[in-house]
Amino acid sequence: MTSLLEVRNLTKTFDVRKGFAQRLAGSVRAVDDISFSVEDGETLSLVGESGCGKTTTGRALLRLVQPDSGQILFKSQRLAPKGEAYRQVDIAAATPAELKALRREIQVIFQDPFSSLNPRMTVGEVVAEPLEVQEFGARSEHPARVAMLLESVGLSANDSKRYPHEFSGGQRQRIGIARALALEPRLIVADEPVSALDASIQAQILNLMLDLQEQRGLAFVFIAHDLAVVRHISDRIAVMYLGRLVEVADTDTLFGNPRHPYTEALMDAVPVPDPDRQRSKMPGLGGDVPSATNPPSGCHFHPRCRYAEEVCKTDTPPLESSGADHFVACHLADSLELQPFDSGGSSQPIRGRQ
Amino acid sequence: MPAGRLAGLGATTHVHHGLLAMSSPPSIAPVIEVNDLRTYFHTPAGTARAVDGVSFRVAPKRTLGLVGESGCGKSVTARSIMRLVRPPGRIETGSILYRRGEDTIELAKLDPHGHEMRSIRGREIAMIFQEPMTSLNPVFTIGDQIIEGIRLHFGSSYAEARARAIEMLDAVAIPAPHQRVDDYPHQLSGGMRQRAMIAMALSCNPAVLIADEPTTALDVTIQAQVIELMRELQQELSASIIFITHDLGVVAGIADDVIVMYLGEVVEQAPVRDIFRDPKHPYSQGLMSSLPSPTQPRKTRLSVIEGGVPDPFALPRGCRFHPRCPHVIDICREKAPTLTEVSAEHRVACHLHEPESA
Repeated sequence: MTSLLEVRNLTKTFDVRKGFAQRLAGSVRAVDDISFSVEDGETLSLVGESGCGKTTTGRALLRLVQPDSGQILFKSQRLAPKGEAYRQVDIAAATPAELKALRREIQVIFQDPFSSLNPRMTVGEVVAEPLEVQEFGARSEHPARVAMLLESVGLSANDSKRYPHEFSGGQRQRIGIARALALEPRLIVADEPVSALDASIQAQILNLMLDLQEQRGLAFVFIAHDLAVVRHISDRIAVMYLGRLVEVADTDTLFGNPRHPYTEALMDAVPVPDPDRQRSKMPGLGGDVPSATNPPSGCHFHPRCRYAEEVCKTDTPPLESSGADHFVACHLADSLELQPFDSGGSSQPIRGRQ
Repeated sequence: MPAGRLAGLGATTHVHHGLLAMSSPPSIAPVIEVNDLRTYFHTPAGTARAVDGVSFRVAPKRTLGLVGESGCGKSVTARSIMRLVRPPGRIETGSILYRRGEDTIELAKLDPHGHEMRSIRGREIAMIFQEPMTSLNPVFTIGDQIIEGIRLHFGSSYAEARARAIEMLDAVAIPAPHQRVDDYPHQLSGGMRQRAMIAMALSCNPAVLIADEPTTALDVTIQAQVIELMRELQQELSASIIFITHDLGVVAGIADDVIVMYLGEVVEQAPVRDIFRDPKHPYSQGLMSSLPSPTQPRKTRLSVIEGGVPDPFALPRGCRFHPRCPHVIDICREKAPTLTEVSAEHRVACHLHEPESA
């Protein structure tokens, strides 16, 4: 079966320029030869720390950045030849006309609900704009469609006359979601959609995303750093470190049986809202994320890895299959006994009344 | 972490009994005692009551976690203690008592620009801010910025102050402190900058450290390092910490006692275990249960606190949480609840827990 989205060997390098003369000082491999796929209706999360390339990957999927090499194959219905159900289109090489057509099928939700909405447009205009650009249906039907969209994200049709500044952060994120839904896409790239929101509002937006996925069969590429959130909403997870994928697995496998030391360290660093568990942890990961302009040789993670051996300093481990739908890039993956995510809370209730 | 430190935490717990309980006389005088603090912002759009009748105590060598969502007044509370509230903000009423040995100083009455406040700020009560890039001066080396404070407060020679700065950078685990002391902020990573901020704050050996979201801008693995570092330094330096955060996971890892704020008021205060095991206020309960839990089945709906935080210029009557509260009763719409003790050291402001309504 053809995947909805299939990314093959995607690479993106940025030049680094320094000084007054903007002399070329090196380059950053923000995304380094990564491959993954997304199925219809599923949520794949890209996780990692700042600078790991997750946002650049997301932007490449929308071709908001032009990849250097690799393919981004999307199963497009709108560009299907007559009589066929779909055609695999390479987003990395799509023509402007093809890209415009693809915008109906792939949409985006941004992190910052304050800077991603035009302050001079009313909410109605913001949500209607994609309909106008894409000439979606009859123009006379747009107001009704905008009202329907606003209601589907928990706002009211009357809100269409108001301006973004009149709304709170959570409500603005709802407006951004309504805009992303306007063209009935099949895939939404959501770049840290809840990380700027307060805890109580974050839960509301996550619920909305889960509901919309169920109702519309949407697929999400969810870019995030908060593993508790990621665990809750993902079907599969891809862990990135310094531009490379280090582990890809379905959510339960990744949390229950991590095979890469970085995944283990990342899960261990998550602050768990339980005072007893927090204070009895293993020693955390030392050191900083190295500079992407001058990444470590071999396995990028080796200077921080507690298990590193000689081979890790020289050879880059390939991403290899390590069981059903489980891929790991680690020389020692088969010999290590790693700690699963401590789900805890099994004996004592630590949460408030539901 | 060594078991010794855990045992140490447990051992100090009994000493602390009664400190948060205002009714009983404290066995050890608190370092900071805030009583009915009200800090308002008078703007053309109206008066925002950012901090509205907040009282708490910070015991020596303890960490108080201040949690709540944006706009709850936790940062303004911290800035009030530091006397860093700028107009149109003003401390209206209330007292902020700082105890130095036998002396008690009423910070709320000091001139924020006066000699006495300036000698306390940074020297005896220090602060770490959320964003180290904007709170460090980009045109001075981190060494110069640490040295400036040491010389100002202690009158040390440059060489002495520099040696102390290097010692502090070493204490916060910055590698090669002799070289790093001459680095500019932009030459350091985010985690290193926050360590440098901590080194600066601790360089004068303050009695109280106020940390306002010190790890929020950091990646999780770096956040874990900084929290571990702060826990260690507290053991060594015996400072009290007021740790402000919106992240319940972080507060669970570092606080001894927790205060939950909502719209300028304290809604609940308790030792850290009680607040996580048995939250009493519907808002605290809502905050805890809205977090994705590892025990909850994936892709199921999270429980939420309905609605949003109300407009600070039009606060709800009665209990400020009542429009969002799932357990609201008639009296909540009329009368503001008072902070009432429900068990030792555990206080909650909710009509459901007041004796007369039970």
